[in-house]
Amino acid sequence: MSYDPNFPHTSGEPVEEKTAEPAGPRDEGVGDEAEVDLSQVHATEGGTSGAVHEWDPDRPLLEVKDLDITFTTSGGDVPAVRGANLTVYPGQTVAIVGESGSGKTTTAMAVAGLLASNGRVSEGSIVFQDENIAKASGKRIRQLRGDEIGMVPQDPMSNLNPLWKIGFQIKESLTANKVAKGKAADKRVVELLEEAGLPDAARRAKQYPHEFSGGMRQRALIAMGLAARPSLLIADEPTSALDVTVQRQILDHLDMLTGQLGIAVLLITHDLGLAAERAQHLVVMYRGQVVESGPALEILQNPQHPYTKRLIGAAPSLSSQRMISSVSSRDQDPADGEESVRAGRTDEVIVAENLTRVFDIRGGAPWVKAAPFTAVDDVSFTLERGTTLGIVGESGSGKSTVAQMVLGLLPPTSGSILFEGQDIGPMSPKEMFALRRRMQPVFQNPYGSIDPTYSIFRTIEEPLRLHGTRSRSEREIRVRELLDQVALPAATMQRYPNELSGGQRQRIAVARALALRPEVLVLDEAVSALDVLVQDQVLTLLNDLQAELDLSYVFITHDLAVVRQIADRTMVMETGRVVEHGATEDVFRDPQQEYTQRLLEAIPGGSIPLAGSGR
Amino acid sequence: MAWYVLRRVLQMIPVFFGATFLVYFLVFSMPGDPIAALGGNKPLSPAVQDRLRAEYNLDEPFIVQYLLYLQGLVQGDFGTTFAGRPVIDDIRSAFPVTARLALVAITFEAILGIIGGVIAGLRKGTWIDSTLLVTSIMVIAVPTFVIGFVAQFVFGVQLGWVTINVGANVTWQNLLLPGMVLGAVSFAYVLRLTRTQITETMTADHVRTATAKGLSRPRVITVHILRNSLIPVVTFLGVDLGQLMGGAIVTEGIFNIPGLGFHLFDAIQRGESTKMVSMVTLLVIIFIISNLLIDLLYALLDPRIRYDARK
Amino acid sequence: MTHASDTGGATTRRGQEHFVAPVDETPLQAVDALNTDVKPRSLWSQAWRDLRRNPMFIVSAVLIAIVTAVAAFPQLFSSLDPYAQGACLLTNRYGDPIPGHPFGFDLQGCDVYSRVIYGARPSVIVGVVTTIGVFLLGGLIGAMAGWFGGWIDSILSRLTDVFFAIPLILAAIVVGQLFALNPITLAMILVLFGWTAIARIARGSVMSVMNAEFITASKALGASSSQNLFRHVVPNAVAPVIVTAMVNLGMYIVLEATLSFLGVGLPESTISWGADISSAQTGLYTRPELLFYPSGALAITILSFIMLGDAVRDALDPKTKKR
Repeated sequence: MSYDPNFPHTSGEPVEEKTAEPAGPRDEGVGDEAEVDLSQVHATEGGTSGAVHEWDPDRPLLEVKDLDITFTTSGGDVPAVRGANLTVYPGQTVAIVGESGSGKTTTAMAVAGLLASNGRVSEGSIVFQDENIAKASGKRIRQLRGDEIGMVPQDPMSNLNPLWKIGFQIKESLTANKVAKGKAADKRVVELLEEAGLPDAARRAKQYPHEFSGGMRQRALIAMGLAARPSLLIADEPTSALDVTVQRQILDHLDMLTGQLGIAVLLITHDLGLAAERAQHLVVMYRGQVVESGPALEILQNPQHPYTKRLIGAAPSLSSQRMISSVSSRDQDPADGEESVRAGRTDEVIVAENLTRVFDIRGGAPWVKAAPFTAVDDVSFTLERGTTLGIVGESGSGKSTVAQMVLGLLPPTSGSILFEGQDIGPMSPKEMFALRRRMQPVFQNPYGSIDPTYSIFRTIEEPLRLHGTRSRSEREIRVRELLDQVALPAATMQRYPNELSGGQRQRIAVARALALRPEVLVLDEAVSALDVLVQDQVLTLLNDLQAELDLSYVFITHDLAVVRQIADRTMVMETGRVVEHGATEDVFRDPQQEYTQRLLEAIPGGSIPLAGSGR
Repeated sequence: MAWYVLRRVLQMIPVFFGATFLVYFLVFSMPGDPIAALGGNKPLSPAVQDRLRAEYNLDEPFIVQYLLYLQGLVQGDFGTTFAGRPVIDDIRSAFPVTARLALVAITFEAILGIIGGVIAGLRKGTWIDSTLLVTSIMVIAVPTFVIGFVAQFVFGVQLGWVTINVGANVTWQNLLLPGMVLGAVSFAYVLRLTRTQITETMTADHVRTATAKGLSRPRVITVHILRNSLIPVVTFLGVDLGQLMGGAIVTEGIFNIPGLGFHLFDAIQRGESTKMVSMVTLLVIIFIISNLLIDLLYALLDPRIRYDARK
Repeated sequence: MTHASDTGGATTRRGQEHFVAPVDETPLQAVDALNTDVKPRSLWSQAWRDLRRNPMFIVSAVLIAIVTAVAAFPQLFSSLDPYAQGACLLTNRYGDPIPGHPFGFDLQGCDVYSRVIYGARPSVIVGVVTTIGVFLLGGLIGAMAGWFGGWIDSILSRLTDVFFAIPLILAAIVVGQLFALNPITLAMILVLFGWTAIARIARGSVMSVMNAEFITASKALGASSSQNLFRHVVPNAVAPVIVTAMVNLGMYIVLEATLSFLGVGLPESTISWGADISSAQTGLYTRPELLFYPSGALAITILSFIMLGDAVRDALDPKTKKR
C-alpha cells in the first residue's frame, strides 16, 4: 500500500483490461526479423561480424573470484553474496539462475559497479579484461560503463526517465561514450532503434516513454544497452515483465544481436528453462552462494546439488503433464488413464453463455467521441465439478474481465452466467450474498490482496463473521483447520501480512477463500507473482485441495506452462475472444490455432530433453 | 492538452465565484452593522447612514449586494472607501509593492531552498545534511515576526546595513531584507521538499540505468535527478507565491511597507468593510490565477500530464 | 533452440568446469517456511517500535510532555499567578532578574517568567483543538469525496478549492473580527478555513486504498460497502492523514501567535506568547532578551510538534520501509 496523493504516477498495480488502451501502441507485427536463423548466431564463439572489441576468445573476459558482498543496514552488516565464482568468455552467454533474494542481481550489479549505496564488495575480486575492477576508482568504472560493460535492466516501466524523449536517452549513451555526437548521433539513434526491432524508429525516437508499450520500451532499453557496443552486456531479467510472445521475440532478437556483434551476455533470470535455452553456461545461486555451475545442458540433465534438483523439479516450463494430486491418486483407480475425470461427477457448476463486456473509454475531452471498447467478446464455457478450467491469455486478452463477471463483481453487457443452472444476472442482493459462500476468488498480487492492518486470524475469519458464524471459539477452530489445510502452523494466526512472504500470503488468501467451504474458486493469476519453488508448492496445495474438497477451479493465467500442470480443460483467449478451447492435453499436443502455437513455442525451455526425468 | 487547459479554466470559474462570495459573505453578512459602527463614538446621522447604505447597496438583499459588487468587480471597480476614495487607487499603489516583495521572497526561497535541498539530498546522512535539516526545522519553528524583529535588530540596528523602516521608499534594495524574512519559512519547506524528492529520485531505477550508460555523475544529477525532483518543488513554489502575497501582512507590518497586506490590515483596524472585501478578493484572485498558471506549467514540465490529458 | 549443447562436454574451459558446492555449506531450507523466531507485530505496533527507537521522537515526546504539563497546570511551574490582581507593578518596569523572578520584568512591570509559563495554555489549546478539528472535518470531507467519487467528488473538490483559495491568515483575521475570541473559538475558525489540505490528502489516500485488491476480495466475500469503508478503507487510509495533521499542528500555533501579535487574536486579557512578543518589540533595543523568552518558548513548542510529526511519518510511511 503506497500512498502518494500529490503525484499521479502509475502505481505498481497490474494494468489489466479495465484500463486497456484501445488505440495504444502494441507490439504486433514487431520482430519478424527475429526469425533470423539462430544457428548462425552462436555458430562461432564470439562471432566476429561487426564486433568492435577484440579480446582473445580463449581468455576469460570476466572472472568473478570468491566474491563477498555486504550490505550495511540499521540492523548491522548483512552478507548478500558469499564466495561467488563465475567466468565469462568473450561472446558467450552465461546465466545466473536463482530465486528472489538469492544474490543473482546483486552479483551482476557489482560487476557494473552499480551496487546500492549501502552495499560494498567486502572480499574477493572482479577481474574484467585482466583488471580487478572491484577496487577500481569511480572514474575508471565510469569509463568502462556503456562501452565495455552495458546493461539491459529488468523492468521496462521504471527504467526509462519519463521526462525525456526516448531518442534523447539513447543519444546520451552515444555521446557519453564518445561514439558519436550531434547529427551523427541522432542518425545512429534511429539505426539503433531499428536494429532493436522497433518499427518506425525515426518517429518513435521523438516520443516519450509513456507513449510506448512495455515491449517497445524494452527494445529501447536494449538499443540503449548496446549503443556503445560493450564487450559484456548484463541483462537482468530483461523480459520477465512482458507477455510470453513478446518475451520470445525480444530474447531471440537480443540473442541474434549479441551473437552477431560478439557481445558476451551475463543473463540473470529466475527461469531455469529460459536460462538453459539461452546460455551455454549456468550458475545456480541460492541464499547468496553459488551452489552449482557448469555447462547448461549438463546441469539440466545431470544436476548434482539438491537445490538444483529441486529447482528443475519445480520449473513448470520443464514439465509436461498435469499434476497428479497425492490425495486423488490414493483413492482413485490408477488404471483410469484419463486423469481427473471422476466417475459420475460430470455436473456443470458454471456455464457461461455468450459473455460480452463493453467498456466506454472516457477521460478525454467531451467533444471527442468515446470509443466503446469490447474487452470480452462472446465467450462461452462450462466448468465441470471437480475439474479445473484454465483460461490463458496475454495482457489485454480479457481473461481477468471474465473472472470479474463470473464472480458477479461486474455485470456483463450481454450474455449470462449460470451457477448450477441458476442465472446470477438477475439475482437479488440476498441471493448474491448466498452465492458468495459457494464461489470465492484468489487474486494475483500477494501484497495487495490481504488487508495489511488485519492479523491473519482476522483475515481468515472475516468471511466467517460476515456469513454469520457467531461464536468466536467456533471461528477460531475453523481458522486453525484452514491454516492446517494450507500447511501453515496455527501460530500464524497471530501474525500480520507484512511479516509473511508472498507465497505465505497467497496461501492465506487461499485459506480465506476456503473458509466458507465454497464449491468454486476463481484463481486470477494466483501464482504468477511467486518464485518457482513457491509457485510449485502452492500449485501442489491447490491440486491436493481440489481432490480433497472436490473443488472446481477457474484458473486464469498468462503462463501456459502452469496451465498444463493444473488444468483439465484449457481456453485460450486473445483480445477478448476465445481462440481455442479443449482438453488441456489436446491443446498442448495438437494446437489448432496459430496463436496457440505461438504461445506454446514461447514457453522457454520446453524443447530441452531432460535425461532420466519422466516429465 | 487543449482539454487539460480548458478543464482547468472551467474548474477555476466556480472556485472564483465561490471564493469571492465567501469573502463577501464573511465581511458583510455577519452580525453587526458596518455603517452604524463607522462613526465610532460619534454615530453618523441617520440621513448620512442611509445615504451610505444606498451607495454600498447595503439596503438590498444580500445576494443582490454580492451580484452588484461582482458586476463592479469585473468592470475593474473595486468600490470606494467610506471616505469616498476609490479602493482601486490604493490597489494601484500597493500591488506593485507587494508583488515586488513577493518576488524577492520567492527568488530567495527558490534559490537557497533548492540549493540547500539538493546538497542535503545528495549527501543524505552526512553532517552537512543534518545541519541543513536542523536549520530548516528551526526556521519553521520560529515565527516570521520573530525572525523579522531579530533581522531588524541585527542587520538594521546593530550592523546598520539596512533600513528597518521602509515606508514609502520601496526600492529593491530596501525590500531585500523584508523579502528574505517573508520567504524564510517557505525556504525551509522548499529545502525539505527538495531533499525528500532528491533522495527518492536517486534510488529510482531509471537513474541507475542512466549511470549504467556511462554518464558522468554531474550529468546524471542534472539531467536525470534534478529535473525529476524539481517538478513538485515548482508546484509548491507556485502555490506559495499566491500565499506569500496574502501572508505579507505581517512582514509589511513589521517593516512598515505600504503593500496590500499593510492596506488590508489598516482597513481591518478601521472597519473599512469595502476596502477589506476588495483587498481580500484581490488576493484570492491572485491566488487562484497563480494556481492555474502552475497547473499549466506542470503540464509543460511533465509530458505524462499532457498525454493523460490528451487521451 | 538447443545450441546450448554446443559447448557441452569436453570443450569446457578454465573456470567453467562443472562445479557443485558441498551441500553442508548451504543447507537447504524448507520451501517458504515461516520464520517463527520473531514476535508477531501489527503495522501499528511495528510503527510504535520504530518510533520508540527514534531519538527524535524521544526528544520531542519529552518536550511535548513538558509543554502540555505546563499548559495544563501552570501553577505547578510558577508560584506567581500573572492573572492575579496586582501581579504587575509599574515600579518594576524593565526590572532586572531577581530571585523569584528569573527572567525579570517587562514594560508593564509584570513578571516575565510567569507570563511565559501561563502563555503555554492558549497556544497548546489552539494547536491541539485545531489539529483534531481539521483531522475530523477534512478527513470526513476528503474521505467522502474519495469514497463516493462522481458528482459528489466534483462538488466536494470544488468546495475544497474555494476554501483553499482564501489564505488561512486572512480568513482568520476577517472572521476573528466578528467574535469574542477565546482559544476554542479561534481554533474553530482555523478549522473552518484550514481543513482543505487534510481533505486533499484524505481524498487521495482513500482513492488509492479503494483500488487495492483486498477491497475487491472483501466485496467478493459479501461485505457491504459500509462494512468495507469502516473496516478496511478507513484504517488503511488514515495514516497519511494523521501525519499531515500532526505536521501542521505547529503551523496552527504559529498562526495563533501571529494573530495575537497583530492584535487581532485572543483578547489582551489572555496571556499569550504572540502578544508578549509584540509588546517586547517596544523595548527591543534596550531589552532584547524580553523578546527571547516568549519566542524561545514558542519555538521550542513548535519545534517539538514538528519533530514529532516527522518521527511519526518516518514510522508510518510505507516508502521508507520494505513492504
